[in-house]
Amino acid sequence: MKILIIEDEQQLLYHIKESLEKEKFLVETASDYHSAYEKIFIYEYDCILLDIMLPNGSGLELLNELKKAKKSENIIIISAKDSLDDKLKGLELGADDYLTKPFHLAELNARIKAVIRRKELNGKNTIEFGNTTLVFKERQFFVDNKLVTLNRKEFDILNYFMSNKNRLITKNALAEHVWGDNTDQADNFDFVYYQIKNLRKKLVKSKVTFEIESIYGVGYKLILI
Amino acid sequence: MKLLNKSIKHLSISILGIVTIWSVFFYVNMLKEIKRSIDEGLENYKRIIIQNAIKDPSILNKQYFDESFFTIHKIDKQHAITVTDSYSDTILLMQDADDAEPEPEPVRMLITAFKIDNQYYQLKIANSMVEEDDLINELLWDVIWLYTILIIGIVFINNIVLKRLWKPFYNFLNQLKKFHLGKTQTIPETNTNIKEFTDLQKVVNTLLVHNIDVYEQQKEFIGNTSHELQTPLAIATNKLELLLEQGSLKDKEAKNITEIYQVIQRLVRLNKSLLLLTKIENKQFLDNQTISINTIVQQSLHDLEDIITFKNITVTVEKISDLKIQMDATLASIMISNLIKNATFHNNENGTISITIKNNSIKINNTGPGSELDKKVIFNRFYKSNLKKNNTGLGLTITKAIADLYAITINYHYKNTSHLFELIFFK
Repeated sequence: MKILIIEDEQQLLYHIKESLEKEKFLVETASDYHSAYEKIFIYEYDCILLDIMLPNGSGLELLNELKKAKKSENIIIISAKDSLDDKLKGLELGADDYLTKPFHLAELNARIKAVIRRKELNGKNTIEFGNTTLVFKERQFFVDNKLVTLNRKEFDILNYFMSNKNRLITKNALAEHVWGDNTDQADNFDFVYYQIKNLRKKLVKSKVTFEIESIYGVGYKLILI
Repeated sequence: MKLLNKSIKHLSISILGIVTIWSVFFYVNMLKEIKRSIDEGLENYKRIIIQNAIKDPSILNKQYFDESFFTIHKIDKQHAITVTDSYSDTILLMQDADDAEPEPEPVRMLITAFKIDNQYYQLKIANSMVEEDDLINELLWDVIWLYTILIIGIVFINNIVLKRLWKPFYNFLNQLKKFHLGKTQTIPETNTNIKEFTDLQKVVNTLLVHNIDVYEQQKEFIGNTSHELQTPLAIATNKLELLLEQGSLKDKEAKNITEIYQVIQRLVRLNKSLLLLTKIENKQFLDNQTISINTIVQQSLHDLEDIITFKNITVTVEKISDLKIQMDATLASIMISNLIKNATFHNNENGTISITIKNNSIKINNTGPGSELDKKVIFNRFYKSNLKKNNTGLGLTITKAIADLYAITINYHYKNTSHLFELIFFK
C-alpha cells in the first residue's frame, strides 16, 4: 500500500510518516505544490493525504487537477482550517474525507483504512485479527467463526482498535472517535474506562486471542496474547 | 420623529413667532399711518374753517361739537401765544347705527389757535378714528387665517417636495439597513444629483469598502490563527503519541508525558472553542433556515445516550409544542446541545434532566452538585464553577453568543438544588 503525504510542516510530515510506516505502508512525501503535482502525476498511490495550504499553491487546486485528469485516488484532506466551506469544496472536488488538524494518529490510521477499504473493488470488507473477524457491512463480529453480539458503540470501539492493531490509542482519541465532539469534558474518561471494562469482559468471555492492554493510564493497545 | 414631521414642527413654531412679531409691527405702523392721514385731513379742515370764519364771523360762536366737528372759543393773547398745533387722541360721545345711545368713541383732535381782527380764538377739530380694539380683533383673525394657510401650505409642500427630494436618501437608507457585512455583495447606491446625498453616499461607501476590507482581513486572520495554532498543536499531539507508544518509558516519565499530553489536549479544545466563538461573534454563520428545536433536542440526547446511561440519569422531555425557529442549523445545534451537555456532565449520579419545550421557549432543568451559579458571570469567558477543572469554560459563552446573535433571551434560575436554563425565542 502506497501513501503520499502532502504537507509543508516538516515535523508533522515526519510524525505522520513514522506512524504510517508502523502500519507497514509505503510512504512518500511532498512538501510543496510543485513536488506534490509531480509525484501525483508520475506515480499511483492508494491514498493521498493532502494539506490545503501549501507553498506555491493550494491543495484544492491539486484536487482540481486530479479531477480534470480523471485520476481517482483516495484522498484525505488534512487541514488546519475547520471551515465548512473548505470541507464542502474539498469533498465536492472528489476528496474522500476531511480531517481537521490537530488529529490523533490513531484517528488518521482509522480514516485511511476506511477510505482504502471502501474503494477496494474486490474488497472483502472485513478486518481479521487473531481468531476474530469484523464484518463492516453487516456490522458483525465473529470469534472462531461464531457470531458474538456487540452493541453499536462496542462495535465502533473494536473497529477503532482493529484499525490500530498494536498501536497506542489514547483515551482522548477513543472518546473523540466514538462519542464525537461531546467528549470535551473531564469525567468522560471514567466513562471510557467503564465502556472498555465491559468490552473486555465480553471479549474474555468469548475467548478471543487478543486483549486490550492499558498503557500508562493514558490509553490502550490491542495486542495478541 | 421623522424628518418631515420635525421640519413641520420647527417651521410651525418659528412661523408662529414671525407672524406674531410681524402683526405687532404691522398694527403699530398701520395705526401710525391712519393717524397721519387723519392729521392731514384735520390740518386741511383747519384751513377751511379759518377761511370760512373770515368770510362768515358767525361760525366764531360755535361752542359745541355738533353736526360739524369743531368748536371755537375766544382766548386772550397770552394764552394764544403759547398755543401750537397739537394733535391728540381723545374720547367724544357719538352715536351710530349700531348704538342705542351716544357712546364714547375714540377721536383724533386738533387744537390750534388763530387771530381774526385782533381777537384770538382757540379752534378744536375732531375726527372720528378707528376703534383700536376693533382693529386688533380684526387683525388677530387675519393673522390666524394667515398662519393656518401658511401651515397648511407648508405641510403640503413638505409632503410633496421634501418627500420627493429625500427619496434618494430614504432609498439609500433602506439599502444600508439591509446591508450585512460579509453577506451583502453589492454596495448601496442611489441615483441623485443632490450634492449632500452624493457626498453621503461617497463617504458611507468609502467606510463600507474599508469595513469589508477589514472584515475580510479579520476572516483571513482567524483562518491564519487557526492554522498557526492548530499545526503546532498537531505536531505536539502526534509527537507525544509516538513517544508514549515507544513502550520503553519509565513510569515516572510516562506519567509526566501523559500530563503534558492532557494539557495539550486541553489547549486543542480551548483553541477550537475560541475559534468557534470568534466566528460566531463575527457573524460568519448566517445560513438561516427553519429549524425544529424538538429534533435538535432529540439528536443531542441521542448523542449523549451512553453517558446518560452511564451516569444513570433520568431524562424527561415534555413537548408541549413543536418549536420551530429561523436559525443557522449548526449554531442552533451548538446552542442547544451545549446546554444539554452541561446538564448531563454537571449532574449527579442517578440525577435527573427535565426538558420542557413550549411554543416560544425551552427549559432545561437538571439536578447537580454544588450551589447556585453566579448569574452575573456564568456567561463570561472562562467562567468555571470550581467543580470541574478540565472544562474550557467556553460552553455557556458560546451558547450566549449564539443567543445574542438571534436576540434570544437566556435565563438561569436555581431552585432546590436544581439548575434551570431557559431560552426564550421571538421577543
